[in-house]
Amino acid sequence: MTDTALHPSAFQTHGDHAHHHDADHKPGFFARWFMSTNHKDIGTLYLIFAIVAGIIGGAVSGLMRAELAHPGIQYLQGWASLLHGGEASFDESLHLWNVMITAHGLIMVFFMVMPAMIGGFGNWFVPVMIGAPDMAFPRMNNISFWLIVPAFILLLASPFFGGAGNGWTLYAPLSTYGEPGPSTDMAILALHLAGASSILGAINFITTIFNMRAPGMTLHKMPLFVWSVLVTAFLLLLSLPVLAAAITMLLTDRNFGTTFFDPAGGGDPILYQHLFWFFGHPEVYIMILPGFGIVSQIIATFSRKPVFGYLGMAYAMVAIGIVGFVVWAHHMFTTGLSVNTKMYFTAATMVIAVPTGIKIFSWIATMWGGSMRFPTPMTWAIGFIFMFTVGGVTGVVLANGGIDDYMQDTYYVVAHFHYVLSLGAVFSLFAGFYYWFPKMSGRMYNEFLGQLHFIVFFIGVNVMFFPMHFLGLQGMPRRYPDYPDAFAHWNTVASIGYMIMAAGMVIFFINLVYSLLAGPKAPDNPWGEGATTLEWTLSSPPPYHQFETLPRID
Amino acid sequence: MGTSGLKRTAIAAGVALAAMGLGPGAFAAPAPIPQQAAAPAGTSNTAPTTAAATPPAAPTSPLLAVDGAPGAVARPGIGQPSNGVFGLQPQVTRNGEFAHWMHNSILFPVITVISLFVLALLIWVVIRFRAQANPIPSKTSHNTTIEIIWTLLPVAILVLIALPSIGLLQAQFRPAPAGAVTLKAIGNQWYWSYQYPDHGGIEITANMLKEKNQVGAGERARTDRDGPRLLATDNRVVLPVGVPIRLITTANDVIHSWAVPAFWIKLDAVPGRLNETSFTIEKPGLYFGQCSELCGARHAYMPIAVEAVTPAQFAAWIRAKGGTMPTPGAASDKVIPQPGADGSAAKAEEGAATANATGPVENATTAAPATTQGASGNPSAAGNAGQ
Repeated sequence: MTDTALHPSAFQTHGDHAHHHDADHKPGFFARWFMSTNHKDIGTLYLIFAIVAGIIGGAVSGLMRAELAHPGIQYLQGWASLLHGGEASFDESLHLWNVMITAHGLIMVFFMVMPAMIGGFGNWFVPVMIGAPDMAFPRMNNISFWLIVPAFILLLASPFFGGAGNGWTLYAPLSTYGEPGPSTDMAILALHLAGASSILGAINFITTIFNMRAPGMTLHKMPLFVWSVLVTAFLLLLSLPVLAAAITMLLTDRNFGTTFFDPAGGGDPILYQHLFWFFGHPEVYIMILPGFGIVSQIIATFSRKPVFGYLGMAYAMVAIGIVGFVVWAHHMFTTGLSVNTKMYFTAATMVIAVPTGIKIFSWIATMWGGSMRFPTPMTWAIGFIFMFTVGGVTGVVLANGGIDDYMQDTYYVVAHFHYVLSLGAVFSLFAGFYYWFPKMSGRMYNEFLGQLHFIVFFIGVNVMFFPMHFLGLQGMPRRYPDYPDAFAHWNTVASIGYMIMAAGMVIFFINLVYSLLAGPKAPDNPWGEGATTLEWTLSSPPPYHQFETLPRID
Repeated sequence: MGTSGLKRTAIAAGVALAAMGLGPGAFAAPAPIPQQAAAPAGTSNTAPTTAAATPPAAPTSPLLAVDGAPGAVARPGIGQPSNGVFGLQPQVTRNGEFAHWMHNSILFPVITVISLFVLALLIWVVIRFRAQANPIPSKTSHNTTIEIIWTLLPVAILVLIALPSIGLLQAQFRPAPAGAVTLKAIGNQWYWSYQYPDHGGIEITANMLKEKNQVGAGERARTDRDGPRLLATDNRVVLPVGVPIRLITTANDVIHSWAVPAFWIKLDAVPGRLNETSFTIEKPGLYFGQCSELCGARHAYMPIAVEAVTPAQFAAWIRAKGGTMPTPGAASDKVIPQPGADGSAAKAEEGAATANATGPVENATTAAPATTQGASGNPSAAGNAGQ
């Protein structure tokens, strides 16, 4: 294995039969898309999957914003009746609310952001950027993708069996003896499958990046996107087994009479929270680090300058990854931690602001002195920097254990993590999508529609999420389908924001369909001399097997 | 460094067993102890109903905090959220004021300035270094000085934030002194029940008051005097102002969280554990909060309403509820098991018994339901919010 990995070209020659020597020979439809071992095809599958999941998860949030637009319960009972096929009780309607918040969270985290970032862009561009012909384990790559599909089906089916209404954190005991029926078990199994998929993917990325770099591509010459995926893969590898253990204990508590999290048998509900957040906090960096990488590539490209402080940028991500493992209990400040614990987690959490600040300032310094152009990917990337800053500074507020006694579980937290995810991770996803769309599809997107998408989406998400800070400061708890009338004003504003955002997404899909069908052919490098990474040396779209002769990097 | 203070909370889990196993009996010391027999009944999901309640011993006025006197009326702008505003709720505890000051005078200005600074830099580079204005890009990719500056400057800012933050944590963890009023809040799906263990074991069940068009026959609907929709409860927690309150939380079923924004208090109520914190209310008034940990379908419908009154009124209320005021300075020590304290004979017995049991916490949960189910002093549990 080591040999082939070290000499990918040998592997390539060996693996290609005589009739396969044409690099662009593609298998038939079924073999190509259902039995794929090609990293670019698998990346495409992941992107399609993420878009589908994003539509579903976004639609769920639309239902939630509709219900929250005004105080009182307006629609829940109708939706619950539809789902149950008969008049739903008031409690069943309220339960449906919890099912929706759970579904929205799990879908967006495990089935939209992660597949798009790592499965989609990671698969597509990590091998290309390091000058490798494919991933190290192409068949494992295939099973990684095909595990996440049944996982998603399990999750989507669960509402028809009662619905898992525990929140995406699945806190015990609400998720153990608090909720009978098969739905929560289905959600747990969905996470098991998605987790296994991600662990396999992480192993694949680590092996690929360590063993399959082209000659001359040292670790310190790797593009920052590859660095970001490398760090992310390590986070996945180390954190997901802990989640698997925690949710397995949930399963046995639910079904086999164990009492890991049940005080009646000597267990402790807080143990679950420690295990969950030991995974859950690295998870938030798993969602944002590849975004950092994408933004770094884009900023450098359109400033026509190399990334400022490359080593600092790379090791800032490593630092974020490491520190990200020792701050988990800041999600648990109100659970009755001791004061020493709270002080430690307050201080450790604040430390993360330092490498994050390095990244923000380095991006600005990359632009400083540059010769900047602002096509769609660049506007998304600049939007990302500002929105991520806003989400980051509210994180500094929340890091204070004493302040968090007020903020915990309010809309301030909702605003914070949507600023870093919905306006951070998602902005970087759109930036990457527009940046690499010409490379992946061979066609240019429509620049006007792309910019319009940015403007409308930017306004929409800010109108939606910024007022949530105000709601949180006034104390509105999260995960409420109905709220006191005093929270009405900003909730109405937020729901209007959702509609603006949704209009932005319509523009995106129009652009997507139009560009795929009728977009002008893309040149190999549409971005000019600033685009220095290896993917721009290939044709658009790249050949089915690239780098049969390995590139040399000086 | 305040370590003595924090240990109290740190041992919450350990205390859980002792306090809960011992609690109901010990708290109601003068009373007979039949309720322990009812203990295993425990896990019903519905609040005690009107029919089951014993005839109220206390006056029936729902607003009533103090015997005979009209209860406090909710005032807009304090103790409850306000519509369309920006900012924190006004604080009525000293720690709350400290935290409020820290947020408004340190954190909020700092994060605003940082965000605006980044925005200004972005606008500047976008204008100054656009391709038309700067056709030839520089090749600078390192500057050690600036990199050190933008590493150390944030460190300095964070240290400046951390100093008051640590102070706030210390203040929040200062344990309640002897003589504090102990309030035990117990989360249930979906209502709160309360005990005053130092005051003759008074128990209260607080259900959300429903709107006029939602109540069944004979049920009491919310009026504006009760408080805002979704915040008003049939029975309020009554606490004295100016006296330290020791809050203890636990839960009978799933995790809940007892939160009152005006006190800057949020403490999870975890089954099998006792969490503790303390605060002192400075102003009489009516303060509302809501359950702040997802606890199932009616998570949004188990509010918290606290009526803060003068100590004299509090004493009158306690008597009206059939409770007793403790001898000053003595009660707290007796009731709250301290780590390592030998305590009463009963406690020693309890300890010996549990030492041999399989799981200490098991006792806690099996005993816990007694605290609500077995309560006879639940005069006006008219709520039954949950139909």
